[in-house]
Amino acid sequence: MTVPSAAPPVLPARARKALSGVGRSGPVAWMAIPALAIFVVFGIVPLFGVLFLSFTRWDGLGAIDPAGFANWRSVLSDPALPHTVWVTFEIMILSWAVQTPLSLLIGTFLAGRQRYRGFLAVLFFIPLLLSSAAIAITYKALLDPNFGLGAGLKVGLLTQDWLGRENLALGVVVFVVSWQFIPFHSLIYQGGVRQIPTSMYEAASIDGAGRIRQFFSITLPQLKYTIITSSTLMVVGSLTFFDLIFVLTAGGPGDATRVLALDMYKRGFQANLMGPASVIAVLLVLIGLALALLLRRLGGSTTASQQEGA
Amino acid sequence: MDPITTSRRSFLGLVGGGALAAGLAACGTSGPQSSGSSTGGAAAGSGASYWFLTGQPQQAIREAQVKRFNDANPGTQIKHTEFQNDAFKQKIKTAIGAGQGPTLIWGWGGGGLKSYVDAGQVEDLTSWFGENAELKDSIFPSAFGAATVGGKIYAMPVETTTPIVLFYDKRSFEKVGAEPPKSWGDIMDLVPKFNDAGIAPFSLGGQSRWTSMMWLEFLFDRIGGAEVFQNIFDGKPNSWSDPSALKALEEMQKLIKANGFIKGFSSITADSNADQALLFTGKAAMMLHGAWTYGNMKASGGDFVTGGHLGYMNFPPVDGGKGDPSDTVGNPGQYLSISSKASQGEKDTAKKFLANNTLDDASVEAWVKSGNIPVVKSAKDKLSTVTDKSDSEWLNFVYDTSANAKNFAQSWDQALSPTQAETLLDNIAKLFQLSISPQQFADSMNAVIGK
Repeated sequence: MTVPSAAPPVLPARARKALSGVGRSGPVAWMAIPALAIFVVFGIVPLFGVLFLSFTRWDGLGAIDPAGFANWRSVLSDPALPHTVWVTFEIMILSWAVQTPLSLLIGTFLAGRQRYRGFLAVLFFIPLLLSSAAIAITYKALLDPNFGLGAGLKVGLLTQDWLGRENLALGVVVFVVSWQFIPFHSLIYQGGVRQIPTSMYEAASIDGAGRIRQFFSITLPQLKYTIITSSTLMVVGSLTFFDLIFVLTAGGPGDATRVLALDMYKRGFQANLMGPASVIAVLLVLIGLALALLLRRLGGSTTASQQEGA
Repeated sequence: MDPITTSRRSFLGLVGGGALAAGLAACGTSGPQSSGSSTGGAAAGSGASYWFLTGQPQQAIREAQVKRFNDANPGTQIKHTEFQNDAFKQKIKTAIGAGQGPTLIWGWGGGGLKSYVDAGQVEDLTSWFGENAELKDSIFPSAFGAATVGGKIYAMPVETTTPIVLFYDKRSFEKVGAEPPKSWGDIMDLVPKFNDAGIAPFSLGGQSRWTSMMWLEFLFDRIGGAEVFQNIFDGKPNSWSDPSALKALEEMQKLIKANGFIKGFSSITADSNADQALLFTGKAAMMLHGAWTYGNMKASGGDFVTGGHLGYMNFPPVDGGKGDPSDTVGNPGQYLSISSKASQGEKDTAKKFLANNTLDDASVEAWVKSGNIPVVKSAKDKLSTVTDKSDSEWLNFVYDTSANAKNFAQSWDQALSPTQAETLLDNIAKLFQLSISPQQFADSMNAVIGK
């Protein structure tokens, strides 16, 4: 992390300036070392461990035997894999499509300084305080076809087999995920909106732009980077949805909600096939990295700051 | 062997608790509760460690066993650690894999035990049982099957025997004026009768998957006899596509297509005890479930059990089937193994505990009192001491079912290796969703035979 200190004794002015900058950031770089060490030990090393395991045969108990590409072949030729990948992306796209507009609107709304909005903000954030497992158990109880909300209130519309029909179950997963994470993304958007200089809105008002016009012409373009940040979190985060789906549907009915993360767990810890599970884990890492990079690209090549570039 | 599968065992633990309360409690107490005895780890050198499951009434009985041992052996203490069911399953596997496991390994035998044996993690107890022939003879012979790997005994059957039983609600049968089924044909005939009366024929917690598996276990046995699964277990190629197996799978899907199971069964879990609640609230007429559900139905079902409305029977024969109608399936017992990585002193302590405190008189009495049949023959003598009429009838039924079974097959997901079990449960879920055909089921299962 440290910048090479072996610099030529005589430096042109610009380089000297740069060096003095390095001198100042030196201690700062050192301060990053604890975080870096933890990241390497708990982030990078396990990553290589998993990569290694993906080429081995291991049941979690006995000896680890090399297996070459056998695991990769068996996982990639598994007829169930395309479905699992498809479900993962389906949940990712649907939950993004539901969460983004809603949290954008809620975030913009909460960015206002009115007092009642502050009160509402507290209410909106409640789902954020609950653990995924608790949320899943609660929804599972509410949606129970025989003892749930619908059956209790005798409302026919609510008495569906919510988690027992393939498309419904997928919809419920997307709904619960959105319910859980919209508060978090609203918070991000609220911060983003508050960063927008009020002078822009004032100028727009003078030009005769209405509220809706202001939203589309000022708020939305100004939030470009916030949208990318929030979308990255949503998209990459959705790859790791496990606890909620595990408790809510356990991947069912059949394999209708079996996402990659769940598939990995089931292979590794239930079927005792650590090798194939590691293959899925590596795939997850690759997909996650690819998506994050793609979104960064979409973020644009402009290096200018948002305010200046607007 | 998966967390959901094991919720069946957590049922053992949930017996007596209210459905919802138990479900929530099971989730709330996932952390290990180290409740070292009063002497704690002081005697760790020659003592032994023992990990077991929380959940009443089993937990209290296990604790009492350890306490009796520790009181009698002040020099060699057993230190126990308690885990909630699902946490235990993950923890014990990882701990054993890392060489950090306890001296006494509690488990369900079968395929899980075999994976320990294959990894050389558990002690061969064959010769020890040879020295303690009296102890061995006191235990149900049927319980040793799941403790035996390659002809050697690696675990001692302890605790209780829990066959799968066909429960029914007598009130529902009176309502439609029908008799309990005497054959598979009767079951198919009963389905439209109950559906017309607005009662679901069968309750099923289908999301848990092993619940659906119990149906296949019985159908395979009743149609093709015990050898159909024995062949699968022995790893014979293509044994899942045995004609009897395919017939059983077809019959299964016929019952599903005829709306034999309650609407929404595929999203009901056994963890929440909702499947039992459907039976005792009269929403479903029958339920195929483990004997361990009796306690909870008695505790949570109002007057369902005490009022004599609960009926039970062994699974009826299938017309023209080869299976012996006395055959049953389920958990022949729970099992204690000794870690091969433990020191000699720890092993000796553990063996002493196994011999003196797991199936002693006090334990047998406690199990019977809790509504269970322990895996020993002497349980029969204790049954006369049960005063509650419904309990007494029930316990005699369970005892006779277990003791008279020509073949007591272990639950498939326990008997098979974890890899096969997981594939099996997955395919069962799809079979019950009608998203795969019996042939497809057999093909995907044949692919993992012996793995």
